[in-house]
Amino acid sequence: MKKHTIAVIVNDQPGVLQRVSGLFGRRGFNIESITVGSSEEAGLSRMVIVTSGDDHTLEQVTKQLYKLIDVIKVIDLSSNPMVGRELALIKVNAEPASRPEILGVVETFRAAVVDIGTHSLMVQVVGDTEKIDAMVELLKPYGIRELSRTGVTALNRGNSK
Amino acid sequence: MITQGATLKSKEEMKERISKPEVISGSEILLRSLLLEGVDCVFGYPGGAVLYIYDAMHGNPDFNHLLTRHEQGAIHAADGYARASGKVGVCIATSGPGATNLVTGIATAYMDSVPLVVITGNVISSLIGSDAFQEADITGITMPITKHSYLVRDVEDLPRIIHEAFHIANTGRKGPVLIDIPKDISAAKTLFKPVTEVSIRGYNPTVTPNKNQVDKLIKAIEQAERPLILAGGGVVYSGGHEELFEFVTKTQIPITTTLLGLGAFPSGNDLFLGMPGMHGTYTANKSIQSADLLINIGARFDDRVTGKLAGFAPLAKIVHIDIDPAEIGKNVPTDIPIVGDVKTVLEIVNKLAKRADKADDWRAKLKASCEQYPFSYTDSDVELKPQWVVELIHETTNGDAIVTTDVGQHQMWAAQYYKFNKPRSWVTSGGLGTMGFGFPSAIGAQMANPDRVVVSINGDGGMQMCAQELAICAINNIPVKVVIINNQVLGMVRQWQELIYDNRYSHIDLSGSPDFVKLSEAYGVKGFRATNKEEARAAWEEALRHPGPAVVEFVVRKEENVYPMVAQGSTIDEMIMGDAE
Ligand SMILES: Cc1ncc(C[n+]2csc(CCOP(=O)(O)OP(=O)(O)O)c2C)c(N)n1
Repeated sequence: MKKHTIAVIVNDQPGVLQRVSGLFGRRGFNIESITVGSSEEAGLSRMVIVTSGDDHTLEQVTKQLYKLIDVIKVIDLSSNPMVGRELALIKVNAEPASRPEILGVVETFRAAVVDIGTHSLMVQVVGDTEKIDAMVELLKPYGIRELSRTGVTALNRGNSK
Repeated sequence: MITQGATLKSKEEMKERISKPEVISGSEILLRSLLLEGVDCVFGYPGGAVLYIYDAMHGNPDFNHLLTRHEQGAIHAADGYARASGKVGVCIATSGPGATNLVTGIATAYMDSVPLVVITGNVISSLIGSDAFQEADITGITMPITKHSYLVRDVEDLPRIIHEAFHIANTGRKGPVLIDIPKDISAAKTLFKPVTEVSIRGYNPTVTPNKNQVDKLIKAIEQAERPLILAGGGVVYSGGHEELFEFVTKTQIPITTTLLGLGAFPSGNDLFLGMPGMHGTYTANKSIQSADLLINIGARFDDRVTGKLAGFAPLAKIVHIDIDPAEIGKNVPTDIPIVGDVKTVLEIVNKLAKRADKADDWRAKLKASCEQYPFSYTDSDVELKPQWVVELIHETTNGDAIVTTDVGQHQMWAAQYYKFNKPRSWVTSGGLGTMGFGFPSAIGAQMANPDRVVVSINGDGGMQMCAQELAICAINNIPVKVVIINNQVLGMVRQWQELIYDNRYSHIDLSGSPDFVKLSEAYGVKGFRATNKEEARAAWEEALRHPGPAVVEFVVRKEENVYPMVAQGSTIDEMIMGDAE
């Protein structure tokens, strides 16, 4: 099963997130992640949805989305070069002895420490999904207390739209 | 019967009067907007959250509202009105239980692409989300079964929303649109200026087909040796039946119409093969399986039509014409996709189409097959046979009635034995298969067509799901002729239990049903009962002559089954032909 990243430009109306996510569940399409925020145009929001399925599924997802009155445009981002980014906050156990090691990991990943507790550090990492997965793997041995990921947001590279 | 009263001139005057900019309440705006949309009959049921709206109706001579006895009756009536007229059906219900009582009817209309504007009241805006008395999140509940919905937040938006709702309901792939109006919005006042234009960004149904694809279709017709048309409800909804007739006449391609497509093509025509699918004709099903070109026009390859998908139309190049792009390739892979309005597509196709010359043998073969395998049953002079009853109804109405049905065996017999020649003469719940639909939908159909004979065919089971609407017929003298095919069981369930569950008859016995004649009379509707052919003919003819509503109960053989039948999971040419063969 292929992973697809699609952008859905929608009217910024109450209930529109419910309409879009409801459609996925109801039609048996899988959502791996969904993010919503404002777009370049006032009144329009951009949702980025990561879903998996074959080409037939992607075609159906797209067509069904277009049936929603509030959906203006559906873009298959993954069909062109794209930049996909996700942010994670990871609160990891960090006794003074293990801190240097953790900071080494943070540096290698060009992540940042955004909060320090007596026994923990909060790490912020931005990157594609794989990078964040890798970072999480590396921090696991120290003991992850809390983890929050945003899901992917994405745009196509260069002039392609 | 309520006369529609207003002449054309007084209608114009009324329009002018109510279009004048004026400060009025949301309720007044609603009523005026509905009138300006051309709505001449609304079905509904009041309650706390819509009291301002009902107050605005009080003494309003322009506004025609029918009070049903259940919200389900109201929405099915609005649905029947829409299907039989092509106009948008409208119903009104209060918040909470009133609104949730509409759910089955909304889903019914959604599945069959019927244009409805459904108006519900809601608790005042500030109480929304607080589990207030009679609050239900009806926009949330109905999201999967509406084409679109609105929760009105500002009375200023109301004229635009109503106009948009009508536009959305009745364009593109049609469907129900919900407008949920909080009570404070229906009370709030503002300056009313009617909205007559609509621009909805992102909503532009494709009407005109791609030229390339049309050319491919024309070429495919030229090459085909065994071409076949499968026409569906989309033909009726687009008003493209004349174009379809021209297409068939020009190309001489044999045609089968789905359950919802009945009436889109005259059934007496030599090229008509009847309906396909689970209870379709032998010839229609066989022809799909051997066709080399299948032209689907406004049908959606429902599983009741296709049977087992993997073995459906295995030899055919598939053409699919549909206004809804999402239908194309959804169930059956399509070789030539044509997105567009059926009427518009056929107008264009007809300019280019020629007779399918290579298909002479095929035509002859299918015609012979139709003669050899018509729908058939073993008649009886002792017991009444339901098929015979439908034939009686067909004969006595010259095939000119509007027939509505409920769901079950009688529905299939009506589809098989009533021969339709005109579109919008057949009102039945196809996609959802909603029991309780048949009788109230007839009330709507009759309101839309005061001068036509409307016959509602029901089972003894389904009739008990909305029988309360007899009151509406009596009070308003709506002359619907209600037929009850009484086999004393949930017939279609009995049939499945006999054929698929080894005669294990579980909970199908309808003993304890009311005396339908007495029930009718209790409501003030004329009632008849017939148990043999002679009584049946006499009662039915008298009911037809009677100027008001009438109920005729035909007591029929309990064990009768609908044939042919394709069991679920079989391909459609694996038909059980039944006892008549
Ligand atoms: C609301 C609803 N409930 C249940 C069903 C399932 N169902 C389909 S046909 C049928 C039997 C209908 O019996 P009856 O109304 O007596 O008609 P008949 O089949 O005998 O003609 C039932 C229960 C349904 N279609 N709709």
